[in-house]
Amino acid sequence: METLITLLVGVLVAVGVYLLLAKEMLRIILGTAILSHAIHLLILTMGGLKKGDVPLLQEGAAQYTDALPQALILTAIVISFGVTAFLLVLSYRVYQESGRGPGLRGPRDE
Amino acid sequence: MLITILLAIFIPFIAACLVPLIHTFLTGRRIGWFVIAVPLILFILLFRLVPSLSDGTTYLYTFPWIPSAGVYFSTHVDGLSMIFALLITGIGSLVVLYSIYYLSEREAIGRFYTYLLLFMGAMLGVVLSDNLIVLYVFWELTSISSFLLIAFWYHRKQSRYGAKKSMLITVTGGIFMLAGFLMLYKITGTFSLQELIGMREIIAADSLFIPALLCVLLGAFTKSAQFPFHIWLPDAMEAPTPVSAYLHSATMVKAGIYLVARFTPVFAGHASWFYIVSCVGLLTMLWGSVNAVKQTDLKALLAFSTISQLGMIMSMLGIGSLAFASSESTHIALYTAATFAALFHLINHSTFKGSLFMVVGILDHQLGTRNINRLGGLATIMPITFTIALIGSFSMAGLPPFNGFLSKELFFEAMLSLRDANLLTMNSLALLFPIVAWIGSIFTFIYCMVIVFQSFMGRVPAPFPGQRPAHEAPIQMLIAPIVLGSLVLLIFFFPNTLGTYILGPAMLAVYPHLEQMEGLVPEIYAWHGWKLPIFMTLGVVIAGILMYRFLRYWKGVYRLGILQFTLDRFYNTFLMWTERMASVITKSYMTGSVRDYVAYIMLFFLAFIGIGLIGFQQFIFDFSNDAPVGSNESLIIFVMMCSSIAILFAKSRITAIILNGVLGYSIAILFVVFRAPDLALTQIIVETVTTVLFLLCFYYLPEWRSERQSASVRVRNGILAVASGVVVTVVALLVQGHSFYPSISTYYETTSRVLGGLNVVNTILGDFRAFDTMLEVLVLFIAGLGVYSLVKLRRKKGVDQPEEK
Repeated sequence: METLITLLVGVLVAVGVYLLLAKEMLRIILGTAILSHAIHLLILTMGGLKKGDVPLLQEGAAQYTDALPQALILTAIVISFGVTAFLLVLSYRVYQESGRGPGLRGPRDE
Repeated sequence: MLITILLAIFIPFIAACLVPLIHTFLTGRRIGWFVIAVPLILFILLFRLVPSLSDGTTYLYTFPWIPSAGVYFSTHVDGLSMIFALLITGIGSLVVLYSIYYLSEREAIGRFYTYLLLFMGAMLGVVLSDNLIVLYVFWELTSISSFLLIAFWYHRKQSRYGAKKSMLITVTGGIFMLAGFLMLYKITGTFSLQELIGMREIIAADSLFIPALLCVLLGAFTKSAQFPFHIWLPDAMEAPTPVSAYLHSATMVKAGIYLVARFTPVFAGHASWFYIVSCVGLLTMLWGSVNAVKQTDLKALLAFSTISQLGMIMSMLGIGSLAFASSESTHIALYTAATFAALFHLINHSTFKGSLFMVVGILDHQLGTRNINRLGGLATIMPITFTIALIGSFSMAGLPPFNGFLSKELFFEAMLSLRDANLLTMNSLALLFPIVAWIGSIFTFIYCMVIVFQSFMGRVPAPFPGQRPAHEAPIQMLIAPIVLGSLVLLIFFFPNTLGTYILGPAMLAVYPHLEQMEGLVPEIYAWHGWKLPIFMTLGVVIAGILMYRFLRYWKGVYRLGILQFTLDRFYNTFLMWTERMASVITKSYMTGSVRDYVAYIMLFFLAFIGIGLIGFQQFIFDFSNDAPVGSNESLIIFVMMCSSIAILFAKSRITAIILNGVLGYSIAILFVVFRAPDLALTQIIVETVTTVLFLLCFYYLPEWRSERQSASVRVRNGILAVASGVVVTVVALLVQGHSFYPSISTYYETTSRVLGGLNVVNTILGDFRAFDTMLEVLVLFIAGLGVYSLVKLRRKKGVDQPEEK
């Protein structure tokens, strides 16, 4: 299971990086979103998968899944949401101000 | 004592911080009266230490600063520090007094005094600290404050050029000096100067001895404007004249002298130390004095004369170092006399050069020019200024009855003392030293005459545009130069008081092993009898007068090629070349395109981790601990892989966003499968809101176009992307195969039970990492503020946007 998820993480990272290198702002935002998905899965996998019960303390459970990665990911999900929202509004504002399509242009593009 | 020393270092800094504050109610030039209190009080405080120092007492105090690295904030006061500390505070008081009337009310006076006090504190720090690292910090601080003061009139191009030049040269030397200090630390394991002196044999035996010596000397030579690093000093004359008088003649440029004197007991005795210090010093003296004669700007003339005088002091210190190599007591006495002369001349130079700078400042202030071709016949109009200039110049020329005469005689004697020095294999060279010194002194004599006679005697030249009517300076401006001029006379008549109380303790600091020697502090006599030095002085006077008389006939010599050559040109070319190279290199990769920068970041990541992996060489993949794979899970994973790859080929943005949604919800399902209910809930909510947000923004944004990137860029991006994916996967798999540390999660489980929180994830977030969670909320809040301001805030119409112009 862990190996499979790690492979998935690799695919997601590759897609995310490719989008990150794109011109269009929207692709870049999607790239960051996909990268954070990949990292969340990676952190979870690092703690081991399906190694025990849900980390809700109860009678009769012998072992619980590692709760620490989950706590870390919870924070990360919320932060990445904040970043995505900010980037989206930023691209909206760039479009409003410049009248051009939201893309990152270097001097070579002109 | 301790309080005095700490006050001396820190009061100027504190006062520098207070100046802007006090300036608000002590407006205009009156702020100067607050500033002058600092050096004046410190001078009195420090002067109180003089009697105990003359008994041979020294004061060493140490506070730990970074003890693990051998860095202690240790202060050490001995005779040598005291000379400099008294010069810094004494001349400092006079300079501040002078500057109160020199600077116009329209100048940024507060800024000026802040920098000046900053310098004062830094300079006192240099001479009072014992730890080399602390010394280095203060040393660089003097360079920085000098930079700020030279660039005080920063609207002038020349000021900025001079400031940059002085900064580059002195800081480069400073870095070398630091390297030298580190080498000394490597040899001895201590940064304390006093301990280094005790270990001179160990240092001399080490292979790092010569590199350390060269590095330390480089720091001293750049700071003291020794040839060929002297080029910054004439350009530093763009600073206001009080600054030139203070930093660039009396104190800061003497920091190099201080360093050489300080390190004499560490390095001296070795032939290379003697040769480098004395030859560089003598060459500087000759070069400076020859170049001073051709200057037409009085301040530039004084700058070259300062260079020359610093070289003279340096060369005497070089000869003084021979006392460490000699064993005969008669020889030792001769060489220690050279160091004595150096320290004596150091004080004399500060007095007469300080007064001369102030005179030039007065001329500049009163007449609006300091070009000697536009000056003349001022002796009757400005009698007091003329008298001070006369005293200062004649003292510099080495004429009685001024203090310069005494030190010039001692200088000749020191040079002649080399005749007996056959110990460091120098016989023919010994003759060269007095001759070069003598020629240098003739040129010194000539430029001194130029100062006095070309600006104060002769006819009044034709008026020039912007000329102000000449009249005597206000008495407030004259006080400081009068005090210095009187000192020039006083020291001539009572040199031995100075010798016993000020110079004697300093000699002990340079020659700690000669404490018992008779005659370490020689008596100074104005009249030695008919000996060689007096004949040399007479020769200087006769040759100097003759050459000055016929100056205009031979001045054309300066137009010859070799004398036209200036090291400035070398400096400028070098600087231009570096800037051009830097610009070419930088432009080659700073393309201005953010995509390229992202690519660099990824490339660095790949190179860094990839090389690390190759070096790691333990590719053990351990799959034995894997959980079994269910069919529904593999289906989800398959869907995710497909949809993520499909995003790359999405024709419309709606497709892309839906595929992203598929990814997000699939992850939520995976979270459920992997027993993370909190994550699944959060992920579903966040994914929903994100998708809504995307759709909302799409309403305002244009449809996305297919990427118009060239094939090569796409291939590059593709390679980068795939490589990143591969590296991340390999690293992750490797990590899973190795478990170096036991998991810490059981701690949270057991403690949660104690705390009564049944949901371990929530307990971690709310209790163990509550602070973290709070900051997370803060981040969200800031992001929210950003979103709000981006959506709501608009530029007001009619308000100018400065950057659009």
